[in-house]
Order: sequence, then C-alpha cells, then structure tokens
Amino acid sequence: MPHRAFFAFIFPSLLAMVLFITLPIFSVLVQSFYVEHDAILTTVESCGPFGCDSETKVDTEAMAKLRADAPLGKFAGFSNYLNRNHLAVAEVGAIFSDNNGIGDIGARLMNLPFYRALAFTLAYCFFVTPLAMALGFAVALAVNTIPKLLRGPTIFVSLLPMIITPLVGSLILSWMFNPAGILGAGLQHLTGDPTLSLRASPALTWAVLLLYGVWTNGPFSFVVFYAGLQSVPQDTLESAKMDGATRWQSVRFVIIPHLMPLATFVALVQLMDNFRVFEPIVGFSAEANATSLSWLVYNDLVSQDSAQFGSAGATSVITIIGVLILLAPVLLRTWRDFNRKVV
Amino acid sequence: MKIRMTKALMAGAVSVAALLSGGAAWADCGITGAGSVRILSNDFEALRIVNDVAATCATATVTVTANATAEHKNIQGPALTANPAEYTVAVVANNSIVPLLNDGLIRPLDDLVAKYGASLQPNQLIKIDGKVMAIAFMGNGQHLFYRKDILEKAGVAVPTSYEDMLAAAQVIKDKGLMEYPLAAADKPGWDLAAEFVNMYLGTGTNLFADGSAELAIDNDSGRKVLETMRAMTTFMNPDYLTYDATELNKVWDAGKVAMMNQWGSLAAAAIDPATASAEVAAGTAFAAAPTINGGTIPAAALWWDGFTIASHISDEDAAASFQAMVKGISPETVAANPGVATWLVAGYEPGPTAVGVIGNAKGGAKPYPMQPYMGLLHTALQTELADFIAGKEDADQALADVKSAYDTAAKEGGFLK
Repeated sequence: MPHRAFFAFIFPSLLAMVLFITLPIFSVLVQSFYVEHDAILTTVESCGPFGCDSETKVDTEAMAKLRADAPLGKFAGFSNYLNRNHLAVAEVGAIFSDNNGIGDIGARLMNLPFYRALAFTLAYCFFVTPLAMALGFAVALAVNTIPKLLRGPTIFVSLLPMIITPLVGSLILSWMFNPAGILGAGLQHLTGDPTLSLRASPALTWAVLLLYGVWTNGPFSFVVFYAGLQSVPQDTLESAKMDGATRWQSVRFVIIPHLMPLATFVALVQLMDNFRVFEPIVGFSAEANATSLSWLVYNDLVSQDSAQFGSAGATSVITIIGVLILLAPVLLRTWRDFNRKVV
Repeated sequence: MKIRMTKALMAGAVSVAALLSGGAAWADCGITGAGSVRILSNDFEALRIVNDVAATCATATVTVTANATAEHKNIQGPALTANPAEYTVAVVANNSIVPLLNDGLIRPLDDLVAKYGASLQPNQLIKIDGKVMAIAFMGNGQHLFYRKDILEKAGVAVPTSYEDMLAAAQVIKDKGLMEYPLAAADKPGWDLAAEFVNMYLGTGTNLFADGSAELAIDNDSGRKVLETMRAMTTFMNPDYLTYDATELNKVWDAGKVAMMNQWGSLAAAAIDPATASAEVAAGTAFAAAPTINGGTIPAAALWWDGFTIASHISDEDAAASFQAMVKGISPETVAANPGVATWLVAGYEPGPTAVGVIGNAKGGAKPYPMQPYMGLLHTALQTELADFIAGKEDADQALADVKSAYDTAAKEGGFLK
C-alpha cells in the first residue's frame, strides 16, 4: 500500500486517538504539576440561624484575578508526586533510615495512603489475572466437551459474571457475605464463630475481593479461549490420541501451545484492567481495609467539597506509568516475536 | 428525579399545590415577567417537597425544573461555573456552600430579600460579611435515637453524655437484652469524619489555630474523642466499619440497636408507621446529642439547609428563582408538612421528630465550621481515621496521620505555605 493511501486510511482513527486519548492524558500530565494558588483569606462576620461568628473566608475577588492570570494554578514542579499522599519520598526515606526491622518497615509503609493502595492494587493484579485465566481456560475446556445442545445455555450462564455490572455484582456478593446473608451466616456456622465477619477482618476482606475478581474476570478469558479452542487443528489432536496421549497430555502439549498467543493477549488486557480495580472496593465498602490507585483518584476528585485536580492528576500519571511497567515484559515479548517473524 | 412543569401539566400542578400547601392556588407565586427556574438539590424528602411546591410556580412564561440528587455536591461547582449557569438555584448546607462562596458562584440576595422576602424570618438569612448569601429553611444535625423500652428494661436513664451512653450499653449487654447495643456511622468516608468532628466540637476546643489554616487537633481533646469512638466500637456489631447513616436506619429498624446518634432528617423515617417496624417504632425516642468529656454542649454539629442563587444568570431568572424558592419554603408548605424536617420557617410547631435537633440548638451545639479549608480536614479525617477505627493503630499515630495528610492537602490547596 502506498504511504499516502495508508495514511488516508488510518487518519480518522489516528485523529480520534489524539483527540480522545493523547490530549486528555497530556492535560492530566500538565495539571499534575500545578497546585492551587495561595489562598487570600479574610475574616468576616457571618450570621446564621444559630447566631453570629467571625469566619475565615476566601477573598473571592482577589482570587478571581489570580485565577484569570494563571488558570492552571501555581506551578509546583514534582511536589504533587513527591508529597506524603503520593510517593512520600521524605517519609519513605525516614522509614528506611530509622526502623526496627522488616516488619516495622512494612507496617509504616502501609500507613502511607499511596503504598497501601499500591499494595492492594498489585496483589489484585497478580492474584486475579492468572487465576481468572486458569478458571476461564478450565470452563472453556469443559464447555467444549459438552453436547452441542447444552452449549448455548451453558455459555450464557458462564458469561453472567461479565454481563452483570461490576458495581452491582460486588454489591450482590457483599450482601451475601453480610453476617445476615447466606454466605456470611454459612461461614459463621461452619467455623462456629458467631463474631466472624468477612467485612470486619482485613485479611478476609482482601480474600473476598480477590475471589470476586476471579469470578468477574473469568468469563473474559473463557470467551477468548473458547473461541481459540475452535481453531485447534483436529489432525494434531487425533494424531496425539493415536500416539497414546492422555487427555491431559493433549491439553498440555497441543492445546496450550496453540493458545499461547491468545493467552498473551488475555494477560495483557487483564493486567491492564485489574490494575485499575475500583468498583469492588466501593461495592464491598472495603475502604477501611483495601484501597486502590483508582480509588485514590476518585477520593481526590469526588469525596470532598473542592476537588484536588493536581493530586488526582499525579495519581493518574503514576497509574499510567504503573500500567506501562506491568505490560513491559509482555510488550517486549510481542515485539521480539514480531521481529523474529519478519526475519 | 426530574420534574418539569409546563402548561400541559398544569392540571397536575394544581393538584400537587392543593395537596402540599393546603389549598393555596398555584397562581399565588405572583411571578411577573418571564424566567427560568432550575433547581439543584440534595435528595431527601423535605427537599423534594420544597422542589415540588416551587415547581407549582410554573406559568406560561416561567419554567421550573428541579434535579434532586445525592450527587449535588459534585455537580454544583462545575454547573454554576458555566456562564450562564446550568442551575439557577443551588440548595446547600453549611459545608456545601463553602466551595460556592470560595469561587464566587452565588450572588448576594439583599435586593431580592427586600423585594420578595416578606415571609422570611431574620434568623433564616445567612449573612456573610454583612451580605445575605443564602436563605436557610431547615435545621439538621445528628442526635440521640434511643429505644425507651430497652432502656426501661435495663433500668438506666436516657444518657446525656457519651460516658453515660457507654455505661448504659454495658448494662444492656450484661443483662442480655442486646448483644450490640450501640451503633454509629463509622464507615470510613464522609460519615466517619463527621463522627469525629461532632465529638470534637462537643469538647469546645478549636479545630484550627486561631485565624489560620494550621490544624490543632493533636491535643488531649483529640485523644479523648478517639478514645471514646474506640470504646463505643466494643459495643457494636463487628461490621460497624461498613455502616453509614443510611445503613444505620436499617439496622435500627431491624431492632438490633438501643442507642445511636443519627441525622434528624432521618428521624421521621424511623417512626413512620408505613415503613418502620411497628415494635421498634413504638419504642423509639429522640433526644439531643450526648455531651463528651464533661463538656456542657451536645457533641454534634448543627447544620442548616438553605437555598442560594447562582451568580452567572440573568437578573430576571434570579428574581423568578428567588420567588419560586420563597414559595417552596413558605409557611404554607411547612404547615402542610410539619413532620418531615426541623423547619426554621415562621409558624413551625416542632413535632416529636424535631426534639433532637432543637435540643442540640438549645444546648448550644456549634455549627459545622465554614472555614474554606474545613473540607480538606474532613477528607483527611475520612481516610486517615480508617486504620484507627478498625483497631489497627493508636490514637497518637492516627492524629499524626491526619495532620500530615491535611498539611499535604492544604499546601496543594494553597492554604498552607
């Protein structure tokens, strides 16, 4: 294809990508280097139904002038990235220079909001991604062997966790794990501990969130692997059978190698998705025991009277960098495979 | 919830007006000229009623729309920054008015009050630096909900302090009347921070150093408040970390709690024969919030809800909006709906559900602070107290964490150097 035609062909999607992906990310990046202007405060008399009091108030007119001159705020360099609510460089330095062993370091790092969120985010990524893929693969193998008549309904049921909105799914599960719900009450009965509550214990909260992650992410792997299974060469499978391979051996040596490129793709998508885990934390009301990077952004933007755009921007940029680091091995591998094929 | 009143719906509007304002006709608003009234408010019963009545002011030339949503706080800033503003009226409370004031998004109302505010009382006018910036119409606040039947069985008096409350909980538990007699909105988030602020205000100590944004909670009062919050959790369902205010009413209705501090605006729902369980409703009574640490004032913030008018709209729309809202909060509206809120409007006779909020106000409770950096403290509290209330760290550590989180945010917000 001549370069001109290729460019004309790709231009619309390129434009859309710049408009809807690159520019917003660039604006977030710029915003993350700014903080609010220094507030100009005045003390005024304010009166209400409960009496009068002197109140501190922002001098609106003076601030309006400042904002008109520099609408982005005050340039702050990397301070949004380095302060306690993000990378906490000073605090981390203090922790490492003066501590009582590994346990102390861990506990004190987990007391910093960013590292607490990062810990759960990474745990979620690395636990949920492989297990959800394994679950999806197992379901795909099973569905592939059942009679054609039953396949439609089975596929539909297997896809349910993906069809349900994540927030709703986590709310449903969260209610089932309530001590009055079927799973919560069942667990109390099984363990004989009437005070056991999955939502009160940090370890159990993590366990339920991870379990939820596997449940909700499984179907995506299932769909992709099931499609992949339809393309497994029957000749190879049959010759493996003739050579006396067991079912497990044909899965291990024929099916899995065949699906490997697909697995790379699924791992890529799932890692990206799981790094942005957010809904289950809100759905399970798990903020006390588990937070994620996306939740930090949400907290900066939504749960206060005035949004902290600089702080949210910094967390977003760190999240993007995190995704890139996570994907680096997979991307490198794809790149190498691609080069090999070309040669 | 969106309500749109046009001429075609006028028949419905008349019947709503008749229902809500005791027969007063819709034409009574008397808005002359044209205008567009667009209301943004929180979503609870009293506000829905006010919006509905305001909507009856719609005429051939005046349109009235209302959006009652729990997300109002997140919408109001961007919506009122636009020019012309997306909404002409923002219904706010002590805390949500602050960002609007900070950014100059609402207009002074003195002219409008002089022209159309004959039915307003002086204490409804929220004056900031001598200018009326909002019209308050209801008071709110967290106060004591208690089960008089359970307290009688236990043989304890209605607690007036947190210390009494803990002692009473011990008796109830010891006598086997209830396993978890207490509950509080301890879910990490807005509610948990509000619990701290309530109790801290009750100690009479200031949250900030005088005249500056410097935080001042790292003191004995702060430690006492945290200690009390922790002591309360020992009498709570182990799931207390997931209870917010809405959840509290459900737990209350299930009859599993004997005492809790809960919003006055939810008192009516707790004894409403249509929705509440009959046995629990019969035993439920209300009182002012308890005091703390030998203090003399109820340990709960006083809140008001009121309406403001956007800056970036035409004077004509502002006049129409003001008149429609004055109609919405008129004494007739209040007379027709005395039970749904603690109204601040003329002619309001407090009913049984208003006892708590009025008790708080009479007891000298402090209003929720309106400092421009209070929102940042509230946020720092909501994330940093989570570990403490879950029992994972001590009070000193929690206070230090709150301070460093607040300092970081206040520097980003331009309030601290």
